Amino acid sequence: MPLSLPMTRLLAAAGLALFTTGPAAAETATGSELRGTGDLGVVIERASGSVALVDTTRREVLRHVGGFGDLSHASVKFSRDARYAFVFGRDGGLTKLDLLTGEIAGRVIQSGNSIGGAISQDGRFVAVGNYEPGGVKVFDSETLALVADVPADYEKADGSIAQAKVVGVVDAPGNRFVFSLFEAGEIWTLDMSGDEPVLDKHRDVGQEPYDALISGNGRYYIAGLFGEDGMALLDLWHPEKGVERILPGYGRGEERLPVYKMPHLEGWAMAGDLAFFPAVGRHEVLVADSDNWSLVGRIPVQGQPIFVMSRPDERQVWVTFAHPDNGRVQVIDTQTLEVIETLEPGESILHKEFTPRGEHIWISARDSNQVVVYDTRTFEELARLPAESPSGIFFTHRAHQIGL
Amino acid sequence: MTSPVLRSLLFTTLALPALAGADALGPERRAELETLLYQDCGSCHGMTLRGGLGPALPRDRMQGFSPEALTHIIRHGIPGSAMPSWKALLSEAEARWIADHLRTDNRLETLQRD
Repeated sequence: MPLSLPMTRLLAAAGLALFTTGPAAAETATGSELRGTGDLGVVIERASGSVALVDTTRREVLRHVGGFGDLSHASVKFSRDARYAFVFGRDGGLTKLDLLTGEIAGRVIQSGNSIGGAISQDGRFVAVGNYEPGGVKVFDSETLALVADVPADYEKADGSIAQAKVVGVVDAPGNRFVFSLFEAGEIWTLDMSGDEPVLDKHRDVGQEPYDALISGNGRYYIAGLFGEDGMALLDLWHPEKGVERILPGYGRGEERLPVYKMPHLEGWAMAGDLAFFPAVGRHEVLVADSDNWSLVGRIPVQGQPIFVMSRPDERQVWVTFAHPDNGRVQVIDTQTLEVIETLEPGESILHKEFTPRGEHIWISARDSNQVVVYDTRTFEELARLPAESPSGIFFTHRAHQIGL
Repeated sequence: MTSPVLRSLLFTTLALPALAGADALGPERRAELETLLYQDCGSCHGMTLRGGLGPALPRDRMQGFSPEALTHIIRHGIPGSAMPSWKALLSEAEARWIADHLRTDNRLETLQRD
């Protein structure tokens, strides 16, 4: 409804009054200027349980914020308005950080040991996947009040009931969460769209799903399997068809290498009709045809891939690696399927994040205590920012992407 | 436990005195091993060793294993689990140093809270 003129004036006046007498004068993380959050982000500082709040336009750390507990494995989701970051800590802590003030706006210890989480399509719910006790808890994103508690109960071979570790929690359209049960080999969907949560279980999806991703359009949920070569795919447009095994036996029976670190499947490395995945226990990136999910290529790389992420324009795929080959990052051209660049940003590269449209990439070098920023076209190094044992890097444009 | 594993454990125990002890490692390498333990083993066991995909490794639990058994697990992994063999990266003496550290200098004393 169009506002009448006096009303518009009134609102303008109120806004002005708020601006001049309100908290604008108080110190904020971003200075006292009125600003958006679209170029902000957080870098996990895993050793100190803090995060670095960063500005990707100015390429600088605005401040370090502490008090997040054990961040040795941590991930971040953003509120729908991209003002708040939800930080999931290893110790089961769920902490809400106000990016504008740099202050902690809420914190709960919701389990003994957690792995990560997701935020619902409508932004109302934050789901956390837990290892101990295994299950998913859903919280109100405003208040962090508990909304639903879903233990990951499954029947063991001997008939007893145990709680599986939950991995690969993502959001899906229809206000659903999808996640996998490591020991149980199951994929569950939790529908939060009605008055009561509705749980749906897919059993026998494969041995030991270790992480999962969802396609950018929210249709395909794909879990990587640790206990066997292959991946488990659930078509969320047709859940009645059940879970399909894809890329079975991709290692062709070769003995795989010791896996010193589980790959991470967060995000969607997609280029045209091709999807890129880390091979478990091999120095290879797998390429699948996303029409029929057949294996169409295996790209040799310099170590065991951990993160395989495509630049937003899908022209490149950037790969980080497991110990002991984690000092290098490789770039694959998605047309030629060849490695076109190998960078050495520092010691123990853990994570990377593209700026929203992909002109730059930020890379965390844990043992160099630095975040290194590169131009993704020229591979020129643009900046080195100090951070204490940096790991995960998360920028606010994730707030508006399915599965991120 | 299967007999090959037992045999191998026995072999490890017998072979140990013939190898250079953990004391032979220089301070620099020991510092690297400590970083490896808390940071890289920490990927699964937690940086505070409170567990993750892998179990927690508090000192009181580690003392339930002999140093030889821990060294063997580190070097050879646990078949059928996500625990890999580290023998391509760690010598016997290095794995033994980590095993000893877990049992005596472990930063996590216990999971029990009083």
